[in-house]
Amino acid sequence: MAANARVNEIGLSRNDYKGGVSTLCQGCGHNSIANQIIAVAYEMSLDPHQVIKLSGIGCSSKSPAYFLNRSHGFNGLHGRMPALATGATTVNRSLIAIGVSGDGDTGSIGLGQFKHMVRRNVPIVYIVENNGVYGLTKGQFSATADYGQELKYAGVNELPPIDICLEALAADASFVARSFAGDSKQVRELLKAAIAHRGTAVLDIISPCVTFNNHEDSTKSYAYGKAKEEPLHDITFIPFYEPIEIEDQEPGQVRAVKLYDGSHLMLKALDPTKHDPTDRMAAFRLLEEAREQQLFITGLIYVDENRATLPEISRLVDTPLVHLPPEKLRPPREVLDEINRRLTCCN
Amino acid sequence: MSTIQDLPLEDVLAEKPAVVNDFQIMIATVNGSGSQTANTVLLRAMFRMGIPVSGKNIFPSNIQGLPTWYTIRLSKNGYTARLEDYHVLVAMNQQTAADDIANLAPGGACYYPEEWNLKHERDDIVYYPMPVKALTDASDVPANLSSYIANMVYVGVLATMLNIELSYIEGALDYHFNGKAKPVQMNMKVVQAAYDWAQDHLAKRDPYAVEPMNATEGRLLMDGNSAAALGAVFGGVTFAAWYPITPSTSLIDALREDLAKYRIDPETGKATFAVIQAEDEIGAIGMVVGAGWAGARAMTATSGPGISLMTEFAGLAYYAEVPAVIWDVQRMGPSTGLPTRTSQGDVLTCYLLGHGDTRHVVLLPGTINEIFEYGWRAFDLAERLQTLVFVLSDLDLGMNLWMSDPFEYPDAPMDRGKVLTAEDIERAGRFARYEDVDGDGIGYRTLPGIDHPLGAYFARGTGHNARAVYSERPDDWVENMARLRRKWETARTLVPKPVVDQVSGAEIGLIAFGSTDPCVVEARDQLSARGVMTSYLRLRALPLEDTTRRFIESHERVYVVENNTDGQMASILHMEYPDLAPRIHSIAYSDGLPLSPRWLTAAVLEQEGR
Ligand SMILES: Cc1ncc(C[n+]2csc(CCOP(=O)(O)OP(=O)(O)O)c2C)c(N)n1
Ligand code: SF4
Ligand SMILES: [Mg+2]
Repeated sequence: MAANARVNEIGLSRNDYKGGVSTLCQGCGHNSIANQIIAVAYEMSLDPHQVIKLSGIGCSSKSPAYFLNRSHGFNGLHGRMPALATGATTVNRSLIAIGVSGDGDTGSIGLGQFKHMVRRNVPIVYIVENNGVYGLTKGQFSATADYGQELKYAGVNELPPIDICLEALAADASFVARSFAGDSKQVRELLKAAIAHRGTAVLDIISPCVTFNNHEDSTKSYAYGKAKEEPLHDITFIPFYEPIEIEDQEPGQVRAVKLYDGSHLMLKALDPTKHDPTDRMAAFRLLEEAREQQLFITGLIYVDENRATLPEISRLVDTPLVHLPPEKLRPPREVLDEINRRLTCCN
Repeated sequence: MSTIQDLPLEDVLAEKPAVVNDFQIMIATVNGSGSQTANTVLLRAMFRMGIPVSGKNIFPSNIQGLPTWYTIRLSKNGYTARLEDYHVLVAMNQQTAADDIANLAPGGACYYPEEWNLKHERDDIVYYPMPVKALTDASDVPANLSSYIANMVYVGVLATMLNIELSYIEGALDYHFNGKAKPVQMNMKVVQAAYDWAQDHLAKRDPYAVEPMNATEGRLLMDGNSAAALGAVFGGVTFAAWYPITPSTSLIDALREDLAKYRIDPETGKATFAVIQAEDEIGAIGMVVGAGWAGARAMTATSGPGISLMTEFAGLAYYAEVPAVIWDVQRMGPSTGLPTRTSQGDVLTCYLLGHGDTRHVVLLPGTINEIFEYGWRAFDLAERLQTLVFVLSDLDLGMNLWMSDPFEYPDAPMDRGKVLTAEDIERAGRFARYEDVDGDGIGYRTLPGIDHPLGAYFARGTGHNARAVYSERPDDWVENMARLRRKWETARTLVPKPVVDQVSGAEIGLIAFGSTDPCVVEARDQLSARGVMTSYLRLRALPLEDTTRRFIESHERVYVVENNTDGQMASILHMEYPDLAPRIHSIAYSDGLPLSPRWLTAAVLEQEGR
C-alpha cells in the first residue's frame, strides 16, 4: 500500500471514484450499493477510465450517476441494458463493464435480454438491485415480489416470484451470487469477486425500497433481511498479488475459489456441509429449497471460471476493435479491383 | 398490338418479324425445386452474350412446394423494369399452368413437360413439349438430384430454341459453381442432351430469339444485398448485430462471408469484426447502439417488422447522439404481411422513427452501385453527424440481380467524425459533450477508455445540458432541440444530392427514389413518344436540400412516384414545402410487385387528362 493512506495504488483518492449527489430516497438500499461500488473500485485500484457504467430504467438504474464520475456511462432503455453492454464490450474488450438494473428492469421487461446476455457470457458485472417493487413508477409489484404479499397501492400479489439467480443459473450463468444491501461487507467482497470474474457476473442484491416496500414481512425489507439472512459462507476476497496459502486452512471449513485473474475468494462455510459453489446441481437445489422455505440465502451460489466469454467465442483480435487503425478496417484498393475483375463481364 | 389478340396464330406470326433481344421469359416452377440455379444460369448466359438483362424472383413465403416465378427480361435498349407481359413461358408447375398459359402474350411460346399431356387450348401461342422426365431419367445423376437437374432440361431446350450458344451456358455454370468442374459437367451433360433433343425434334415456330450484342462489356450482375455487404466491408464495419428476416437476411449472410474473406487479421488469423445474431431486433439495435457509442462502426439490417421493434432505441440514439447504420430492406405490411414481396412502405416510419421529435437521415440508393457506395458512406455520415443513418433498400433491389458498373473504391479516407483524444482535452482543459463549438450543431464526443479525468460523459436519452448533465430545465431542453435542428441543417449539406435530368420545356416533373428508377426511366421514354416531355429528379437521401425545391418550382406539376399506397414521400414533400404543395401530386401504387412502366405511363397520362 502507498505510504499516503489517502490514495490507492494508482494514486487516486476515494473522492476520485465518487459520483453525483444521489436523488434517491434517504435510506434506499440502492444508495448503499452505490457506496460499496465506490469503495470497491477504490480498494481494487480500478482505473475509472477503463470502466463503463450501464443501466436500464428505474430508481436502481439511476444510480450509475452516483458513482465513478470519471467513467463513461450510458443510461439506456427499460430492460435493454444487456444489449448495450453486449455491443460495447464486444467492440472494446479492455473495458470493465458495471451494469445496474432493477428487478422490474431485469425480471419483467428485460428478462429476455438478461438471459441472452448471461447465455452469451458477456463480460460484465450485472447488479440487480432487487426490491420486489417498481420504485420509479410508484409501488406496483414486480415479478420478484413475494407470493401473497400485500402492498398498499398494489393489493395482494397472487403470483409466484421469479428468482433472478435461478433464471441466471438456468441460462448457464458463469457467476451467480446473492447479497443484501444492508450487509456492506458481503456486498463488497462479492463485488470484488464479480469484477475479477471474466464473464457475466450476476449479483442479485436485495435492496429495500423504503418508500414502497419495507414492511417487516416482505423478504425485500431491511427487517427481514437483517433477521433472516442466511449467509452461505463468510467471504473474503484476496487479490491476486497477495500470497495465499489455501492448503493450510482447515479442510472442509474453507474453500478457496480461484478467479480468472488469479485472485481468490475465500469462502468460510458457516456450516461445512452447506454448499459447493462449483456444483451447478447443488446450486439449483439450494435455490429451490430456499425458495420453498422463503429462506434468504446469500453468498456465492455458483461460479465457473472456465466458460468462454463472448469476445473469446467471437475469436476477436486482442486489440479492442475500436482501436484498430484504418488500414485494418478498409481493405486496400487492389482487393476491390480483384473483386471487380472477378465479377465483370466477361471474365 | 391490341388487335393481335383476335388474330389466328399464322397471321400473328406473319405480322411479327423475329423479335430479337427484346422480350421477357417467365419460368414458373415450384419453390424448393432447385430452379434458381437454372434461372440464374440462363440469365447470366445471356448477359455474357452482351445482352442487357434483368431477373426477378417472385416467390412465396414458403420453403418448399408453393409456386414461384422467375422472369428474365432481355432489352436491347437497356431497360430493366418489370414488364407485365411475358412472351416466352417455361411452365414447370402444373398447379399454376392454366393461369400461366392464359397470361402468356399472344404469339408467345410455351414450353412444358410432355408428360403432362397438356391440351393445347390456345391457338394464338406456340406449344413446345419437352421430354423432361425421359431426359432426366436418362442422365446418370443420383436420384436425390433428379428434380433439381430436371431444370437443366429447359435450359438446354431454350438454348436451342432461342439460339444461345452452349459455350455461354457453360461459362455461366462455371461462374455459378466457382469453377468447380464436377457440378459444371454434371449440369452440362443434361443441358447438352436437352439441347440436342430440341435440335432434332422441335421446329421453331415463334418469333423470339437472342443474338449476341456488345452492351454488357465491363459490367457486372449482382443483387443489392450482396453489394450492400461489400460496401460495408469497405466502410470498415467492425460490428453487426441482426435478427433474421426476409428480405434482409441475405445482406448479413453476404456480410459474414465477405468479412471472413477480407477482414481476418493476417498476422493473428483472428477477426477484426464481430457479427452477432441477436435474440430479436430490440437486442440487435441495442447492441449496435452500444457498439457505436463505444466507437465502432456498427450496423444492423432488417425489414419493416424489425424497424418497428427498433423504435425506442432509434429515439434514444437520436438524443444520445450515437452513430450507427440501419439497413431496411423493405417488404410489404405488418406481421407476415407479404413478406416475400417488395414495397417502399417504410419511408415515413424510418424518417420519423422514435417518440418525441425525431428525424433521421435516410439514404435512398437506386442502383447497385449506389448501394455499394452507401454501404461505406453511411458510416462516414453517421460518425460525422453522430446519429443513426437509415439506408432504405427493398426486396426488389436487395434480392434480385441487376446490372451495374464496377464498384468504385471510396474516394476519401474514412471520416470518423469529431472524436477527442486525451491530448485534445488536456490542451483545452475542458470537455462539454453537447456544446456546439463549431456552430454546425455537432458536438465533440469521447470514447469510453479515454485516459483523461475530464474525458468521460454520461449518455442518456433524458434531458441533459451541454455538459451531458441530467437536466429538467425547460430552456436546456429547448436549446438542445435547437442545436439538433442545426445539426439537421448540416445533414442537408452532407447527404447525397438528387440526380436531376431537367428537360427544357417540360411542364411536368417526376420525382422518384430507390428501386422505381428503372420504371421511371422507361415510362419517360414512353411518355415522350406520346408527346409528353418530363423532367426527372431521383431523390437519394433525406433530409431534402434545395435542389428538390428548385426542381418543383421549375415545373407546373410534379408527380411523386412510389411503391406504396399512401404516397409517403409525397407527404414528406408536402410537409417540407407547404408553399409548393399544390404542385406536388402523388402517384403511388403497391401490390407486391415492382412498378411497371406501362402502369406509370398510364397513370401520368390519366392525371394529365390525356
Ligand atoms: C418501455 C418503458 N415502459 C415503462 C417504463 C416506465 N418505468 C420506468 S421505471 C419502471 C419500473 C422500474 O422498476 P425496477 O426495475 O424494479 O426499478 P426500481 O425503481 O424498483 O429500482 C417502469 C415500469 C419505461 N421507462 N419504459
Ligand atoms: S422509491 Fe424506493 S427504490 Fe425508489 S429511490 Fe425511493 S426507496 Fe429507492
Ligand atoms: Mg424494483
